[in-house]
Amino acid sequence: MRRGTKLGVGQHRAVVAGLGMLAWVVGLLWIFPVAWTVLTSFKTEQDAAAQTLNQGLTFGRYGDIARSTTGTLSLQSAFTNSLVVVVVSTIIVLLLALPASYALAIRRIPKWRDVLFFFISTKFLPVVASIFPIYVYAQKWNLIGTWTVLIVLYIAINLPLAIWMTRSFFMEVPRELIEAAEIDGTSLFNQLRSVILPIAAPGIAATALLCVIFAWNEYFYALQLNFANASTMPQWVVSNVSTRGNFLAKLSAASTIACLPVVLAGWAAQKRMIRGLSMGALK
Amino acid sequence: MTAAAADAALAKGKAGDPFSSAWRRRLPLVPALLYMVAITQLPFVVSIYYSFTNLKDKTQSLIPEPTKFVGFDNYKQIFSDPFFRQAMWTSVKMTVLAVVLSLVIGTLFAILLDRKFLGQGFIRTLLITPFLLMPVVAALIWKQQMFSSLFGVLNKALEFVGLNSVAFISDHPLGSIVTVLVWQWTPFMMLIMLAGLHSQPSDILEAADVDGATSFGVFRQLTLPHLRPYLELGALLGSIYIVQAFDAIDVMTGGGPGSTNVPYFVYQESIGGGFRYGSSSAYAIVIATLALRLLSSLFRDEQRA
Repeated sequence: MRRGTKLGVGQHRAVVAGLGMLAWVVGLLWIFPVAWTVLTSFKTEQDAAAQTLNQGLTFGRYGDIARSTTGTLSLQSAFTNSLVVVVVSTIIVLLLALPASYALAIRRIPKWRDVLFFFISTKFLPVVASIFPIYVYAQKWNLIGTWTVLIVLYIAINLPLAIWMTRSFFMEVPRELIEAAEIDGTSLFNQLRSVILPIAAPGIAATALLCVIFAWNEYFYALQLNFANASTMPQWVVSNVSTRGNFLAKLSAASTIACLPVVLAGWAAQKRMIRGLSMGALK
Repeated sequence: MTAAAADAALAKGKAGDPFSSAWRRRLPLVPALLYMVAITQLPFVVSIYYSFTNLKDKTQSLIPEPTKFVGFDNYKQIFSDPFFRQAMWTSVKMTVLAVVLSLVIGTLFAILLDRKFLGQGFIRTLLITPFLLMPVVAALIWKQQMFSSLFGVLNKALEFVGLNSVAFISDHPLGSIVTVLVWQWTPFMMLIMLAGLHSQPSDILEAADVDGATSFGVFRQLTLPHLRPYLELGALLGSIYIVQAFDAIDVMTGGGPGSTNVPYFVYQESIGGGFRYGSSSAYAIVIATLALRLLSSLFRDEQRA
């Protein structure tokens, strides 16, 4: 396949080189705010506020944000809260999504389209439409400020997406393999474990990653249902905005730290993630 | 096997042996289905109930009123509320602008990145980064680093070329928020469109090439129709998330005439300060119904295509 001439435009060398240059310019411009923030995180507060670089680069701000003053949310506790909530919710999402996708893709139930549409339609429902009952009952049951309430909600946020994606990866498992396992009388659990999972594993990993990204970055529920005790990373970043004194360098360091895990993971799995997203709808 | 044939085969199998299939097939689906019903549908039903009452948060008012049924009063009030209408209009503008712009720019980027050049993978990696950032961080970066009149890079640049500084966020709240949304969602659209471009059968393009079709003709008559379902998918997924934008508004403007969209409006009416759960439930029910109607018609089209 001759990818270089695919769209037919730019048969000439100069045009091809020009378009490559344009891609570089566009890419660098798009990333500029991020690059600038990372650079700022290594500056002193005076330099950051003036957008200059007179005092050189330093790791000082990273030290500042790691030390917590008493009474404020510390990096350690925000990180622990985020980690627990994200990991537990993602594991439960997969435990619910994999059998469901089996019934939607491999041994399909009649009317599987309607069931799939139901799952997707829960994403159409604005969060605000269900937040007050959740808030009222969370208050009633003393769940405000606990890991439980966030885990329960993050499962609900990610489950439809996970079913959509894993279903598309299950569709790619050759039918003959499954039929052979069925003839041998293999149970659902063993079919999943020994036939389907090994083939769909990369796709499932990408699905899990997308769930992790959405849960890690979630701010609204965490803000509403989680004062102080179980605050997660997004709230910790916002807590670095101060009304007194300069904070830009510290805020930049906090932003960098908070986003780094998910950005690295996303870079590693970019291709598969999007394939799962687009296949889910188009197959 | 086509989907219809598969369904027919399933139906036949079920009729063949009455005990085994039907419910055993459905069983693996039950936990996920029950979970979603419990967490998303039950609260919605409770919201409908609230919407017919004057429920308020008792701890937030000095003289608590008893909760009682008010019939359709909350719904009647919706249509005479100018602030709600303004929020609806802002929501429409924000969503349409952000989805269309990110889709157009994302498609252009995808076309640019689809051809081989030095550093292709590296540039793609750079471009997707904004999508991976926390929405809160993206909003803070733009607010504090780019738009700020105190330390903003954009105003420093304007100053440098001798122009007057601009109070981006206070003078153009909607534009500022849309900028951040487009910045974050363009990479997502780009990746979907790249998946579309990669899936294009190359033999047809080569045949067109041999036939001497012009590059623009190939793009318009072959590539664009092929990309259509991908464009629709991007629009659908983008709308689902962008219509609910909250973080950027909360961080950048904290609401206001130009930037309060419907979710933020309902938030302010309820847990964000108003604590009028009864009337804000009615708002929520109205938008939920509208959103469901609109998006499900989109989704059904998508499935047919």
